[in-house]
Amino acid sequence: MADFFYNTNLGIFLLIVGQVLLIVVPLLVALAFLLYGDRKVWAAVQLRRGPNVVGFFGLLQSFADFIKYAVKEIVYPAGADKFVFLMAPMVSLVMALIAWAVIPFNDGWVLSDINVAILYVFAVSSLEVYGVIMGGWASNSKYPFLGSLRSAAQMISYEVSIGLIIIGVIISSGSMNLTHIVQAQDGNYGIFSWYWLPHFPMMFLFLISALAETNRPPFDLPEAESELVAGYQVEYSSTPFLLFMIGEYVAIVLMCALMSLFFFGGWLSPIPGLPDGILWMFAKIVFFFFIFAMVKAITPRYRYDQLMRLGWKVFLPFSLIWVVFVAFAARFEWFWGAYVRWTTGS
Amino acid sequence: MANIDYKRAAGYWLLTDFFKGFGLGMKYFFKPKPTLNYPHEKGYLSPRFRGEHALRRYPNGEERCIACKLCEAICPAQAITIDAEPRDDGSRRTTRYDIDMTKCIYCGFCQEACPVDAIVEGPNFEFATETREELFYDKEKLLDNGERWEAEIARNLELDAPYR
Repeated sequence: MADFFYNTNLGIFLLIVGQVLLIVVPLLVALAFLLYGDRKVWAAVQLRRGPNVVGFFGLLQSFADFIKYAVKEIVYPAGADKFVFLMAPMVSLVMALIAWAVIPFNDGWVLSDINVAILYVFAVSSLEVYGVIMGGWASNSKYPFLGSLRSAAQMISYEVSIGLIIIGVIISSGSMNLTHIVQAQDGNYGIFSWYWLPHFPMMFLFLISALAETNRPPFDLPEAESELVAGYQVEYSSTPFLLFMIGEYVAIVLMCALMSLFFFGGWLSPIPGLPDGILWMFAKIVFFFFIFAMVKAITPRYRYDQLMRLGWKVFLPFSLIWVVFVAFAARFEWFWGAYVRWTTGS
Repeated sequence: MANIDYKRAAGYWLLTDFFKGFGLGMKYFFKPKPTLNYPHEKGYLSPRFRGEHALRRYPNGEERCIACKLCEAICPAQAITIDAEPRDDGSRRTTRYDIDMTKCIYCGFCQEACPVDAIVEGPNFEFATETREELFYDKEKLLDNGERWEAEIARNLELDAPYR
């Protein structure tokens, strides 16, 4: 049996498909409940109850929504390029999903343990903008087009500062492999061994950039409903809209996962005595998703020029300076070597 | 080094707005929610609430309306149509009393104009229908409403009487 799975082509293929399903299916099911949680948090802050009718406490709301979206009619705008119009949401969802291939959930629990995982994640999440641009362009309509242009500019701007923030982490850990980055954060002090302490300001910069990168409020300008109705999603209905929405939320959860991997020790336990494990990873993802949901509830939307100013004139120089600082701190082992904790010989 | 507002700059960099907002958000997060689960819970209605119309009867079963047409005259939306002729016993009664509920603006003037408290706006507001035609109420429907809601209507009229 083991021979079949490790040595024949069909066996390897089946094994990989099984692993993919093992990630994607729980991810999408978890996403349904995270969406529900997002709405509940948002509602609670606004003194509403949120969804509470479908299932116990409305827990099945997302599944009801799923059925609703799936059985609706797909409306094609007049003059829309149908192929691109339908491709766009798929690109958006697929790009968001394939990034999960390199996310480790536990020590060794990773679909593809490649040594350039960070590069891969950022290559893929840059491609996500194509889904948005294609959607906006193919709709053959003003507002989607404006929304997608905004989105493209915004995502590219914040990609730059996210990249620089990540370089600091890479210098500290000496590896682009996400498993190694987490292992490098393993120490004797539990939560105080993680990178959030040496990279303290970058933690917030990463969080804010992640918000901008995933078009979450307060940076949801591409879909600013007061100006652009719903941005690039205006002309979408039914399943394509559902795919866009799932893609968006998968990207958000991915950012939560990256946040916990880069700065909060992934599956490592925050208290030295307790065992590490996948549950810590889940707890951290859920915690950061809660932060994302709270930010959505409490912040007003940025103006577009403020968004660009923040990205190019605050985040970019600051993260650039931080990279230089981390480089020096790592080279000369300032702060008792807090900035250089390489675990691998490479 | 002109005029830098250091306090504001520090607040900007330390994300004080964000943390304050977060704290306030958490405060509201745990507050009791004022939402009513509408079909299961309903809010308080004032005795003066102006809902679905009803034509009332006297306790002996005689209809109150004397076809004075004051309601028809005052209705600002001209939603009421009345035809009247003397009945066999010589009393003046309506033969037709229609209210177009799609025109009605629920101002309550008909109720105020009525000298015999015949046409009233009851406490019912859940009379949505699937077709437009069902909202053209005739006399039969209005009298039927009067019977169904008489208890509530009488109580509301009594409660509101001192202020009229």
